[in-house]
Amino acid sequence: MPESVSLPPALEIRGLVRRFGEKVAVDNLSLVVPSGSFYGLVGPNGAGKTTTLSMATGLLRPDAGDISIHGVDVWHNLLQAKRLVGVLSDGVRLFDRLTGTQLVTYAGLLSGMSREVVAERTADLLQVLDLESAGGTLVVDYSAGMTKKIALACALIHAPRLLVLDEPFESVDPVSSANIRDILDGFVASGGTVIVSSHAMDLVQRMCDHVAVIAQGRVLASGTTDEVRDGSTLEDRFVELVGGRRQGKGPEWLRIS
Amino acid sequence: MVAHLVRLRFLILANSLKKSPWQIVAVVIGALYGLGILAAVVAGLVALSFGSLEVARTVVTLGGAAVILGWWLIPIVTAGIDQTVDTARLVTFPIPLNTLVVGLTVSGVLGVPGIVTSVASLATIVTWRNSAPAAIAALICAAIAVLTCVIGSRLVAALATNLGSGRRFREAKGVLIFIPLILLGPILIGLSSVLSSAADALPDIATVIGWTPLGAIWAVPASIAEGSYGAAVVQFLIGIVTVGILAVLWRMSLARALETPPHSAAVKAGVRTIGLFGVFPATPWGAVAARALTYWLRDPRYAQSLIIVPVLPLLLFFYSGSFGSNALLNATGPIVALLLALSIYTDVSYDNTAYALHLEKGVSGVADRLGRVVALTVFGLPITLILCIASVWFTDAWRILPGLLGVSVGTFLSGLALSSVISGRLVFAVPAPGESPFKARPGGGFTLALTTFATWGGLAVLALPEVVLAVIGFVTGNALFGWLALLVGAVFGGALLVIGIRWGGAILDRRGPELLAQLQAQK
Repeated sequence: MPESVSLPPALEIRGLVRRFGEKVAVDNLSLVVPSGSFYGLVGPNGAGKTTTLSMATGLLRPDAGDISIHGVDVWHNLLQAKRLVGVLSDGVRLFDRLTGTQLVTYAGLLSGMSREVVAERTADLLQVLDLESAGGTLVVDYSAGMTKKIALACALIHAPRLLVLDEPFESVDPVSSANIRDILDGFVASGGTVIVSSHAMDLVQRMCDHVAVIAQGRVLASGTTDEVRDGSTLEDRFVELVGGRRQGKGPEWLRIS
Repeated sequence: MVAHLVRLRFLILANSLKKSPWQIVAVVIGALYGLGILAAVVAGLVALSFGSLEVARTVVTLGGAAVILGWWLIPIVTAGIDQTVDTARLVTFPIPLNTLVVGLTVSGVLGVPGIVTSVASLATIVTWRNSAPAAIAALICAAIAVLTCVIGSRLVAALATNLGSGRRFREAKGVLIFIPLILLGPILIGLSSVLSSAADALPDIATVIGWTPLGAIWAVPASIAEGSYGAAVVQFLIGIVTVGILAVLWRMSLARALETPPHSAAVKAGVRTIGLFGVFPATPWGAVAARALTYWLRDPRYAQSLIIVPVLPLLLFFYSGSFGSNALLNATGPIVALLLALSIYTDVSYDNTAYALHLEKGVSGVADRLGRVVALTVFGLPITLILCIASVWFTDAWRILPGLLGVSVGTFLSGLALSSVISGRLVFAVPAPGESPFKARPGGGFTLALTTFATWGGLAVLALPEVVLAVIGFVTGNALFGWLALLVGAVFGGALLVIGIRWGGAILDRRGPELLAQLQAQK
């Protein structure tokens, strides 16, 4: 894919380090996400994906390292950087005593948009995410997949240039998942950049043009999806890079015959 | 199968005890306490046989009716949390309906409360030992009475579960139950004074209760002992019909519950309605205010702070009555102002990690602080003013009104200032969203108590100017000091609030990510 040299990358991370007590969660990690790419971040549980994405979006202060979004240094220009990025965090709560409509409206108003624009975009987002009929329901009564979708709507409302989505497809039904993919594809086609972290290798291989494999707080491989999978499937390549596969077929008693 | 259900019931009790040795200690202490009360009740019932027939009839009928009422009412509160076998969990097993009815009844009788009630009921046999027919009737009636208790409570529990499966109802119940607990002291004292003054009327009340479903079955032996057999037969029939109707209703509700397990219906509002978000200004602080006010209305953890508003005047009224002066009632305004203003110093802790949204959207610290303060002020300030004026009107002490308003407004504004700074800096171990407002988090009690103590001390210092002025005014009777207190309270308090919002906002801007990390750690 042709990369314009003059444009700064959508996300650039250099020498990122974060420790939690003794444990080094992110270990001198460097990553460049080109502008206009659909970037997949894959890695085993506890690899440091969520920690990295939290630091990249200004939610967690790094111990060391530089992060910039479209050339804006995140930790020196927090507010400016936050305007450029939409975040779907994994594992944080939502203000779930609001109805779906109210929550998305809240997210929009917090971004400083006018009431009319917020109302229009909220209606659009609820429609494309199949949440129209659930707009009046409290988010606390939503299913897991619906909660994920409403959080995605909150991330999209201020029309960011970079979308950082942590596990966006977890427990989302196939139809909604396909709809979300269409939205994201359209977003990328129009010049936006998407970073998703996921465990679903098939999905990442089909969806993303770039991918990085992360384990133990480091990047094991990164580049275009074709480069990384190197003729194999992404899943096989991932297992090869990360290791930890067991041999055998499970306990004897679990086999029916 | 019946034996199986009964065994299951005891297994559940035993397993819940295994979880923690302290629970066993609590159960043992509770059991000893219960045994003591049971012994006292039995002794009392035996002693009644030596007294007059009328006293025995009155005590047994009224006490028995109270026991049945208690059995019927308690499940309304405890539905869903009692340890007896829950029908909803049995739905998946193939158990015939009638077996289930018998099994659940027997397991109910054989529970600790069931055994205690049975022993006490059987002790009424001794009460009526002077008349052989009455004693025999007492044996039969005791059995029926226990069944009335157990089956009635099962029916109420089933109905309450259907009603209470909605989140809203459960939460409302969790908060409302707190009101009688706060007012327990006044209620008990009031009740005992009513009882002592109405002691002469009690036999007549017992006679009336003896013809109702609650008391009829207990009145049967008394009527036999008095020789009025006709009344005894009718009362016995009332008792039998009561338990029969309860059993039929319970069987029906069980049958329904087995076919349609309770599900929580989500409450729906209009899709397009954005509620308070359409009322407040379309700015970040306006949005925060709308969100915070919505939470005041919807989140039981906030409702817990609101309960104090209606309850406190009642408490003060009661206690000022026992002091012989209504002056205490005038403290309502300042105290409510203080409690409300300090109720938001755990605000960010209540948000939990949902606070991440404010960080993601780059909300400025000042907007965050301002929004929360505005949401509380919108209703907190009018409530404070109204309570001040109402209390002064009630005690007819209009001359202290300016000073009182000064102290209340000053306390309210200074308290908000203090809360704005503290909630931006410290994270407290508070109940998470959706948890019971009264749930204590491990390790939370001490730090929270310590900070509360420090906060109250700090607030006392901040509100000192207007308090001193007002007190001088109250003592000297010079109206000027009252008006000065009002002026200082509003202006000085307002200035403190501006500083508090700015300072708290600056803290948030600087330490937002650290605050989120703290929130995540205590999640």
